[in-house]
Amino acid sequence: MTLTEDEMTQTAPDSTLEIGKDRRRKEDQRLITGRTRWTDNLTLPGMLHLAMVRSPFAHATITNIDKSAAEASPNVVRVITGADVADEQGGLPNAWPITPDQVTPNHPPIAVDRVVFAGEIVAVIVARSAAEARDAAELVDIDYDELPAALDLKEAAEDKVLAHPELGTNKSAFWRFDSEEAGTGGNVDQAIAKARTDGIVIEREYRQQRLIPAFMEPRSTVVDPTGEQITMWSSTQIPHILKFLLAAVTGVSESKIRVIAPDVGGGFGGKLQTTPEEFITFLVARQVGKPVKYTETRSESLMAAHHGRDQWQKLTLSAEKDGTVTGFKVELLADLGSHVSLVGGGVPVLGAFMFNAIYKFPAYQFNCQTVLTNKTWTDAYRGAGRPEATYAIERIMDELAAELGVDPFEVREKNWIKHEEFPFTTVAGLEYDSGNYEAATARAKELFGYDELRAEQKRRRDAGDQVQLGIGVSTFTEMCGLAPSRVLGSLDYGAGGWEHASVRMLPTGKVEVLTGASAHGQGHETAFSQIVADRLGVAFEDVEVLHGDTMVSHKGLDTYGSRSLVVGGEAIVKAADKVIEKAKPIAAHLLEASVDDIEFNAGRFSVKGTDQGLAMAEIALATFAAHNLPDGVEPSLDSDATFDPVNFNYPHGTHLCAMEVDTETGEVTMRKYAACDDIGNIINPLIVSGQLHGGLVQGIAQALWEEAVYDDSGTLVTGSFVDYLLPTAADTISFDLDHTTSPATTNTLGTKGVGEAGTIASTPAVVNAVVDAVRHLGVTDVRMPCTPERVWKAINDARGGAQAETVGAAAPHFDESTGMDGTVDRTSGGN
Amino acid sequence: MTRINLTVDGSKVSDDVEPRMLLVQYLREKLGKTGTVIGCDTSNCGACTVHLDGTSVKSCNVLAVQADGSEVTTIEGLAQDGELHQVQKSFRECHGLQCGFCTPGMIMQSVDLLKENPHPTEQEIRVGLEGNLCRCTGYHNIVKSVQHAAAQGGAQ
Repeated sequence: MTLTEDEMTQTAPDSTLEIGKDRRRKEDQRLITGRTRWTDNLTLPGMLHLAMVRSPFAHATITNIDKSAAEASPNVVRVITGADVADEQGGLPNAWPITPDQVTPNHPPIAVDRVVFAGEIVAVIVARSAAEARDAAELVDIDYDELPAALDLKEAAEDKVLAHPELGTNKSAFWRFDSEEAGTGGNVDQAIAKARTDGIVIEREYRQQRLIPAFMEPRSTVVDPTGEQITMWSSTQIPHILKFLLAAVTGVSESKIRVIAPDVGGGFGGKLQTTPEEFITFLVARQVGKPVKYTETRSESLMAAHHGRDQWQKLTLSAEKDGTVTGFKVELLADLGSHVSLVGGGVPVLGAFMFNAIYKFPAYQFNCQTVLTNKTWTDAYRGAGRPEATYAIERIMDELAAELGVDPFEVREKNWIKHEEFPFTTVAGLEYDSGNYEAATARAKELFGYDELRAEQKRRRDAGDQVQLGIGVSTFTEMCGLAPSRVLGSLDYGAGGWEHASVRMLPTGKVEVLTGASAHGQGHETAFSQIVADRLGVAFEDVEVLHGDTMVSHKGLDTYGSRSLVVGGEAIVKAADKVIEKAKPIAAHLLEASVDDIEFNAGRFSVKGTDQGLAMAEIALATFAAHNLPDGVEPSLDSDATFDPVNFNYPHGTHLCAMEVDTETGEVTMRKYAACDDIGNIINPLIVSGQLHGGLVQGIAQALWEEAVYDDSGTLVTGSFVDYLLPTAADTISFDLDHTTSPATTNTLGTKGVGEAGTIASTPAVVNAVVDAVRHLGVTDVRMPCTPERVWKAINDARGGAQAETVGAAAPHFDESTGMDGTVDRTSGGN
Repeated sequence: MTRINLTVDGSKVSDDVEPRMLLVQYLREKLGKTGTVIGCDTSNCGACTVHLDGTSVKSCNVLAVQADGSEVTTIEGLAQDGELHQVQKSFRECHGLQCGFCTPGMIMQSVDLLKENPHPTEQEIRVGLEGNLCRCTGYHNIVKSVQHAAAQGGAQ
């Protein structure tokens, strides 16, 4: 079933239901008045502060550390080096070794004798104030012997310079999916060979530049080792996983550790990590026996909190002459940075099942080599693996359309899964449960004014305007709602993918909901309240959602991968249903009826065929009093549920972007962005639209502005917000969004994830639009981010201009436009 | 140490501060005004925006000693007699915040913007908020929030 927004309006939802309402968020009152609980707000009696001394070198041996001046600095309590704690600091965990023979360097929180990226912690100052700690950090005198650094991803893959010489290689793991081997499709090499003689082969190489998640709240950790219990507050997405791993790494009993994620200011995957700073704060607090706080500066955050993306993608697409795709081969190089972080090695694997996207490809192969370098380690960033895949396929489908000289939608429609073909098992082995690409596309084109803009584009091309119009298409899908535990197990991931919830009925009829999902801006308190209000028939205001504290919500797997609603929300539904089942015999007893005759509807238990009944609140009070319960029934309605999904879920959508490109200056300006997303049933449309807007801008930012750039010595030159260009309000536009509805069939609510959708979809739409604007000039690609310089150079190169060499010589550090074979890629748009 | 006297959110305060102490550090560390937050170290993000004698400033870009004798309003002093400022109401109404970390600065800047220009165009709002970064909302609903506040007479 798929409904457009218009149709949904005609069949107006039941106004008594909370689900589907634009509820204003419960979270907002404290956030708009400044009564917030960020970790850095916390002050405890006697609390000490940390400052980190970080390596200025990408790769160097530490030959001497003189900490005497720092130790003598006012109010410094202790100065700790890696050597001081070498035996007790442990190593940071890698929870996802993607192959049994993965090469995984040790990852000490404080470097002991060698540093492997610029920004690595070399010494820790413990002082009575943050300012005094930072003052003393300047006084630590460290001697380094600089070593050659592995910086360029392709060169590192050839082991020219080793990031960790003791390992003998930079190659960490090679991971392959092959449809013939898996029995899900044919032989991709045969398909490509056939197309070379009797079809079309498109070969491209795309660069996923390095990005920085850049959540607005810098990371902060406070550890209080009071008595037996050690409490950690941390600005994290994953309090439960952090608790487990703190115990596993340090040997402290898990039952003695409490982790609290209070208000957390954004994450986007960037706080899906167990960090050196968290382990160091934990260690120091235990050593000194006092509360300890560490809050990073923004510069430290950009330099040392994990980065994202950073891949080279070599792609080969084969098709018949009519545009029917016959095979797709993907060869990736993925830059891990200096270490294989918590799930960093697995991020490209999350994309392995998505390069075939919404299409019916008969043969598919995915190859990925992960590579160690002397740069900041990479890990999840919004979309994690799926934006990379979506970019590759949606860019190359446009190239196929260009090769055939047809509208980009023509090749997509020819190859996509028709709505009547769902459920559909893909060549990557996933079963897509529901979707309707035709409906979403029709609505998006209408919203965008596709035909009118194409007509305008033609007029401006014909007139030879200096500013040309380009139209970019992205018909994306993704796998989200991480994840079925068995699937994660088959991929060698270190944990499951279930989520836990508890529903507590209070005697007054109020409800407490405990969730293992851990919000950091998503609005869980509001959306989950809506679900429970409908399920139990209680008022929205009477539901309190508690999360982010392992003592309150003791069990959970936290928030990432667009999982909170589709996995965590479903756990809440199941716990609420158990409450109802527990209440039924009590209601029957009080109503002097048979349990079989009890109906529950809109918060009321009633006897079939009569007007007798009791409200949920009355049952809750009677259960609390426990004066008159049936024999053998426990005096509690409280219920738990742990939900393990049977499948991922598969939101999709059609995104359309119009870009103006000045062919003389290379300046690009967004004119219009319209999208129709299908995320199944919607709990709170207001929250959904907010997730999409923010996601879109992060994806657009990858296309146009953001890139983490290192110089030849391995120093991050985009190390502050002056150089790492987060978009501002003045850079962006308002969006035209709508949705169609193909309910998910794998959860009760029929919902699909939305947290990453905008980011996954938007990047190729923007770049396709930029290329489309200047394709008639001979441009076939522009490297991201599509800066004016790169766009201008791509145009100039296509025109055969000679000025390009001058520009290339002027800024060699900012680009890597050599192809995998070492030749210069003239179509990359790089300099 | 230097003695400063100022009014913060309607209360007179007096403290000895290091000359290097930033206003935002003074607000957070000395006064416990943790509603005002620090998002960067280069004065780019605007999360620490407050009003100094009625005009928005990034409080990481002002020394505490420079605020001597002045009147400072933070996000915590914006509501009057328990009644939220219209801009606060509009941010909630239009879902102009998600994680909420940029929100104090974004609201304080929006209040100042509307004071100078009670009926801004969308583009004037976007340019007026250029010094405040948000990573969650894509600015779409922040712009709507300011438009909503303007329509409700939020310049007051």
